[in-house]
Amino acid sequence: MRRNLRERIPGGCAIIGVMSETGRRFDGTTVIEGIRCMHERSNGLGGGFAAYGIYPDDLKPYYALHVMSQTHHEHETMEEGIRQHFRIIHQEPIPTRRHPRVGEAPILWRYFVAAPTDFAEPPGEEEYMVGRIMDLNGRVEGSLIFSSGRDMGIFKGVGYPEDIGEFFRLDEYRAYLWTSHGRFPTNTPGWWGGAHPFGLLNWSVVHNGEISSYDANRRYLEMFGYRCYMKTDTEVVLYLFDLLNRRHGLPIELTCSVLTAPFWNEIDAMPPADAELWRALRQVYAGALLNGPFSVIVGFEGGMVGLADRIMLRPLVGARAGDLVFIASEEAAIRAVCPSPETVWAAEGGEPIVARLARSAGGSEPASAHKVEVPAAS
Amino acid sequence: MSVIKNEPVTEQPAGGLLPTGAVPAGTTGSPPRRTASPADRGSVGVERGGGVGNKEDLAKKTRQAVTPFRRMRPAVRTHPDFRVIVDEDKCTLCRFCVLQCSWDALGWDDRVVPFDENCVGCWRCVAVCPTYAIRIEQWPTMYRENHNWTRFIANSVRKQAGSGGKLLVGTGNDKPYPVYWDHLLIDACQVTNPSIDPLREPMELRTYVGAKPDRVDLAAYLSARERHFIPTDHRSVGDPDRSGDPSANGRPAFDRDLRRRLGIGPQLRLETPIMIAAMSYGAVSLNVQKSCARAVAEMGTYWCTGEGGMHPDHYPYADHTIVQVASGRFAVDADYLNRAAAVEIKIGQGAKPGIGGHLPGEKVTADIASTRMIPEGSDAISPAPHHDIYSIEDLRQLIFAIKEATRYEKPVFVKIAAVHNVAAIASGIVRAGADAVVIDGFRGGTGAAPTMIRDHVGIPIELALAAVDDRLRQEGIRNRATVIASGSIRSSMDVVKAIALGADAVYVGTAALIALGCTLCQQCHRGRCAWGLTTQRPDLVKRVDPEEGWQLIANLFKAWSGEIKETLGLLGINSLESLRGNRERLRAVGLSQAEMDILGVKPAGR
Ligand code: SF4
Ligand code: SF4
Repeated sequence: MRRNLRERIPGGCAIIGVMSETGRRFDGTTVIEGIRCMHERSNGLGGGFAAYGIYPDDLKPYYALHVMSQTHHEHETMEEGIRQHFRIIHQEPIPTRRHPRVGEAPILWRYFVAAPTDFAEPPGEEEYMVGRIMDLNGRVEGSLIFSSGRDMGIFKGVGYPEDIGEFFRLDEYRAYLWTSHGRFPTNTPGWWGGAHPFGLLNWSVVHNGEISSYDANRRYLEMFGYRCYMKTDTEVVLYLFDLLNRRHGLPIELTCSVLTAPFWNEIDAMPPADAELWRALRQVYAGALLNGPFSVIVGFEGGMVGLADRIMLRPLVGARAGDLVFIASEEAAIRAVCPSPETVWAAEGGEPIVARLARSAGGSEPASAHKVEVPAAS
Repeated sequence: MSVIKNEPVTEQPAGGLLPTGAVPAGTTGSPPRRTASPADRGSVGVERGGGVGNKEDLAKKTRQAVTPFRRMRPAVRTHPDFRVIVDEDKCTLCRFCVLQCSWDALGWDDRVVPFDENCVGCWRCVAVCPTYAIRIEQWPTMYRENHNWTRFIANSVRKQAGSGGKLLVGTGNDKPYPVYWDHLLIDACQVTNPSIDPLREPMELRTYVGAKPDRVDLAAYLSARERHFIPTDHRSVGDPDRSGDPSANGRPAFDRDLRRRLGIGPQLRLETPIMIAAMSYGAVSLNVQKSCARAVAEMGTYWCTGEGGMHPDHYPYADHTIVQVASGRFAVDADYLNRAAAVEIKIGQGAKPGIGGHLPGEKVTADIASTRMIPEGSDAISPAPHHDIYSIEDLRQLIFAIKEATRYEKPVFVKIAAVHNVAAIASGIVRAGADAVVIDGFRGGTGAAPTMIRDHVGIPIELALAAVDDRLRQEGIRNRATVIASGSIRSSMDVVKAIALGADAVYVGTAALIALGCTLCQQCHRGRCAWGLTTQRPDLVKRVDPEEGWQLIANLFKAWSGEIKETLGLLGINSLESLRGNRERLRAVGLSQAEMDILGVKPAGR
């Protein structure tokens, strides 16, 4: 396992997300079939899934740390670190099945943990978790916490995504939200940790494309204490969502619009009060502007959002059928699992496709105190 | 090579008209327009040279001028820098070159008589000669080769043995130090990410200069909006027809309240990230400043007056003008500060870190005197330090005195020379409350500087900029101030590389002068610039026509902006902020590991 990739690895990819807005839980075969349809967009060097709402009630309140380690020694070092920083409620190997097309896997383990003390404020606890996870990942060579949310999990590895899904027995999990990713890197890292999704707390990101502004974003994030040790574009997307939404309290839609900010001439044409806000957002969050060809699906607690770059250099299609919302790189992938959706539409550059749990399904607004309507970015 | 002159060298540091012995009468005539087209070149004859009688008269005057001059050779001799060769077959005897050379290097005795020892290699004569009959060559005499006692150094000794004074020079450092810009290469998109065609897709160069908070406080925005009864109607947003009550939206009270609540300080909006650096009235002519002011106004950017005050002729461009407060405090009053778009406190200058300036009394004309608010003919002295700034706390007081005087409506810049400890100093300046820090590298230009200081003090802008950007990020205060790189930005690619290293914008000075005709003869300090740039002599000043001059500068900025857009496109990004600090898109060639570490770039091939 190569932890410190010295170079960023560009590539193209396939992404898909499926969610039931009523919170109905369904197994992983749907999303596996969807991503299988886009086999041609991957090259067998990485695939993965994020699933929300999968864990039993007694484990739901705890952070599920999914860990991959190269050797037993590294596994133990990581476990030692986890024990040091958190209270372990339960631990077990991540169940897998032998698969003819998935090679040798690292040691895969999951820990359900709680923060060691009670934090008065919820952000305090989250800050603590983020800080410790970043620290462990940076410190322990050869071992990686690749999933750390509550009642959600990331499953990923080297192989075609449909094979990875079968390897992880995803047909046995039931989730209200699934995202998946098939990878087409342009060289061979051979590293399970390099596959998507990338996650932090409840965030998960699958990403198709390249962030040409990577280093500007990375250096911006470092000012806020994020460490981009994975050296992948996807990582900056993840942390930007965390910074803007969780820490700075911008609603998801506004976060998306900041990441793919409206052009200055569009801002100039807005009514003055909106223009003033947008000028401020672009001035302050200049380092958060994502540039380059990309489309991403970001999963969070209670929803998912699909977003493509400002000038739509990567494809992204949305569809709706009953309680289900689909977002995918290709319409074909959606139709493979849902032959006749009620509506299908191509995303506009910089305009997010958002799906949220209905309130009746226990959904709530994402972690922001205020709801603001987002000035249209086009 | 610049200072190897037969002229007496005096102690005057700032652009004085040095005594030069007799001046051939012909050179004081008022010449025709600077850029005569080849067509009118032919028609330019002696008749048009004012102040000259007939041919015989001119020849006599030349002989009178030459005789004592030739006898005045100093005891310790240097050879001339250049040799002026006039091709007799081509020369039409129009005498235009004689009239145009402001350096007494050409005389007339029924033919053009060159005085090589006076030639500064400014190329004015070459440019105006209708038949290209004049050639300027390096003086061909060979010294015995010596890599230690170079010609420049040995000649400096000879000159100082003659004069007993320090050596002076104009423009930036010309010594062969590494130019790091030329060791950095830019990435481009291939296959995995498409490049963007700037002709088809929007490409944004807009930049805002000023302090920004770390986050936008949405709650404050919404409460301001509520207080002013402006609806947040989703459908209305972005659609002016349905934007509620437009009068409420446009209320200035709301705007101010909102900006305050959003925590956004005053900002300058730059449509291209290139501004014109401080060049004061006195160092350059009014026509140069007029050209700059109009050019930046047309291009949606800014220029800085320098320390010499703001001439009333520039008031129409006040919105695009940054005024400077330097240690001499010339012209500083409340009106001066409030009239401008921003205020720059000059602590140091890259070409001469740690020393002051001196505009000799003979250059302080009535107009300059009234602009600087000093008596006519008095020496204008800028002390080396500000005598009320001996510490960072003192600087903070001046910053806030200016902010108070301008009701916190103008960004305050602080300009420093790039010195060894620049990162820590810049951090202190940001913490002291500056809205922008200008870092001026040691290759930056000057109207006059002691040669030895210009050539040996300070550090390159590239390293200073990278160090400052790193430090401000480490301390988490990079957002709090804009970083402006200055000091020999020579091309659009220097701009791109500066921004990729972390600058928000750049200042150019010399490039703007070159656009106006400067040929880098390095004689600015002598006040006789043959191109009419760094002089106050009316006959020379009018060689720059501001009506034409602004277009030259604007053209340059337009060309550079186009190239920057094209570069963004090939980098696969469509907005300048995605380039800012994006060092991953730079690679180094021929640099040491230490240099690459400081610049934060990888070697090419990795
Ligand atoms: S105009 Fe300039 S180049 Fe020509 S002779 Fe005079 S000093 Fe030399
Ligand atoms: S401004 Fe004039 S004197 Fe100075 S270097 Fe340029 S041409 Fe020479």
